[in-house]
Amino acid sequence: MAEDKVLLDHGSGGKISHSMVSDLILPLFDNPALAMLDDGATLDITSEQIAFSTDTYVVEPIFFPGGNIGDLAVNGTVNDVAMCGATPLYMSVGLILEEGLPIKDLKKILTTMADAAKKAGINIVTGDTKVVPKGKADKIFINTSGVGILPDNVNVTGANAQPGDKIIISGTIADHGITVLSAREDLKMESDIKTDSAPLNHMVKAIIDSGNDINVLRDPTRGGLGTTLNEIAAQSNVEIRLKENAIPIKGAVAGMCELLGFDPLYIANEGKLIAFAPSEHAERILEIIKKDEFGKDACIIGEVMPGDSNPEGKGKVFMETLIGGTRIVDMLTGEQLPRIC
Amino acid sequence: MALKYVEEYRDGDLAKKLIQSIKDLDVDPIRLMEVCGTHTMSIFRYGIKGVLPDNITLLSGPGCPVCVTAQKDIDTFIEFAKSEQFIVTTFGDLLKVPGSVSSLQKEKASGSDVRIVYSPFDSLKIATDNPDKEIIFCAVGFETTIPTIAATLLAAKSQNIKNFSIHSSHKLTPPALAALMQTDGVEIDGFILPGHVSVITGTDAYKEVHKQYNIPSVIAGFEPIDILKAILMLAKQNKNNKPALENAYQRAVTDQGNIKAKKIMHQVFEVGHATWRGIGEIPDSGMILREQFKCYDACSKFNMNIKETKEPKACACGEILMGLKTPEDCKLYAKACTPMNPVGPCMVSSEGSCAAYYKYNR
Repeated sequence: MAEDKVLLDHGSGGKISHSMVSDLILPLFDNPALAMLDDGATLDITSEQIAFSTDTYVVEPIFFPGGNIGDLAVNGTVNDVAMCGATPLYMSVGLILEEGLPIKDLKKILTTMADAAKKAGINIVTGDTKVVPKGKADKIFINTSGVGILPDNVNVTGANAQPGDKIIISGTIADHGITVLSAREDLKMESDIKTDSAPLNHMVKAIIDSGNDINVLRDPTRGGLGTTLNEIAAQSNVEIRLKENAIPIKGAVAGMCELLGFDPLYIANEGKLIAFAPSEHAERILEIIKKDEFGKDACIIGEVMPGDSNPEGKGKVFMETLIGGTRIVDMLTGEQLPRIC
Repeated sequence: MALKYVEEYRDGDLAKKLIQSIKDLDVDPIRLMEVCGTHTMSIFRYGIKGVLPDNITLLSGPGCPVCVTAQKDIDTFIEFAKSEQFIVTTFGDLLKVPGSVSSLQKEKASGSDVRIVYSPFDSLKIATDNPDKEIIFCAVGFETTIPTIAATLLAAKSQNIKNFSIHSSHKLTPPALAALMQTDGVEIDGFILPGHVSVITGTDAYKEVHKQYNIPSVIAGFEPIDILKAILMLAKQNKNNKPALENAYQRAVTDQGNIKAKKIMHQVFEVGHATWRGIGEIPDSGMILREQFKCYDACSKFNMNIKETKEPKACACGEILMGLKTPEDCKLYAKACTPMNPVGPCMVSSEGSCAAYYKYNR
């Protein structure tokens, strides 16, 4: 491509659009379904049930320590499909570009997306690019949708938490949100914190394939662990109890939260999952998660209380604090950190 | 960048020992006020109320800067925001606080240029980047923030930045404690004094109030161990009937405080009257710009004079701030007034007692 900045013409559908597709996008997202360049992709799927998910990414800044908007967009949708218990196979990518975006930035983002897709083992099979005039969008917005196949007898919805279930988190919390915040120009903080953005589909597959009972799988992205657990407590109408001293968090992340007055329970994660499983299965699942590249710091952080213990507690999340007190962990109200994904 | 000396002050075993000592004292029932909003949040975050014996009651005080900002001041910020001539900069907490008819957040949504800053110094950069606009900073806060804002004005002066001004709604802590002690119906057996404010003011700033009202007073840090230790000290003072002014936050607070910060603060501001939301005017409890810094006073610069309006009728923020009521005593609490639709500022600010009750106590 001759140009060094994205022009309105790149979204016109004309010659220059085609050159962007053929010179920049196709070589990176190389696969037979995409190479057909038809209006849509034709896919072979052999499964009774598929999982399907979509998400849009508007993170600011677009580059941050440990990643950028590109791998975030791929991993995010891979994980949403995986959290249904499914194996993600195909993905679509919609790009909204602001006129003037440097081509080298776009190339870097697309390269990261291609690498992330490869790592997750998913094919980007269809896509679209639009360009809007300068000032009408902020650099780049990305939508990704993904489909995956579900094995038989998998039922891992948020409505399926059972009394007595142990709750596992696959690693430290709040890494992504705090990384993005500290990367913002207006907050001059230096730290060695990185995003945790990562594909969790291989971890999920290992859990499902192990045959252990698993009731809930969720990734605590926007709203963080606190919000996700509240959603599960409400969906399943159960009482959840956490132990504050069991929740893993990196020292630097905890320090930033202290300084800025944020509660890490409500800060986004992009490469963590929460698993609910019956007590006897939970220990085995924990060992499987720990063997995964992205699950080394996994641990059990709480449990679902027996149904008759406290009728008032149903649908709520409580936490035993470090000093032995108890407090409620409520849903987040309002936006703690805007545009973190 | 891990913070040191935090874990130590959250130690579960040490907490249990302190709680046991408080129980063993078996003091007659006492009511202690945590003056500062950050203490209120810490108390709820660690479930401290739940681990204390029944003879200790904790009351939330007037130490949340957003909560005590008079409605007239909020209306003034909003009025500035409405005009295209201005860019209003503010700390995030103030954004949702309802004025008489609107809020900065609503004005922002309607197109006003309202920007959240983490430091007042950021306003100076905005001023330099936008020479055709006037930048107005909503100066809200106690002794903790006043020196930074004073330093910002000194920087504006030395950099000759002319398109920057502030509306000062600053408040001082010791006069508010005196005003509380003079209020009918207020029953307080001890103050848990604010840690951050005291870093600046030093222990000495409370000597006068303590002497005049002979009330047990302990400066405390914000970790659970700090707070439990202060409660134990206050309980002991009550038990022995020996009211004292003590410092349980010696790792940060000295007798004289931060002398340099105080000097800068008094160089730019002088003591004046201030109106506290729900409480009313308290003499000598505010900080107003000195004559030579009046050119940075947004209201006089732009001839802004907002009328006093009545605070929402049923809202009990004022009584809650004085420890006369708890949020649960307010008719609006968790019904008409929630963090999504706050009526009073105590429900808006992350340090407000209603917000703390709502978040952690329902």
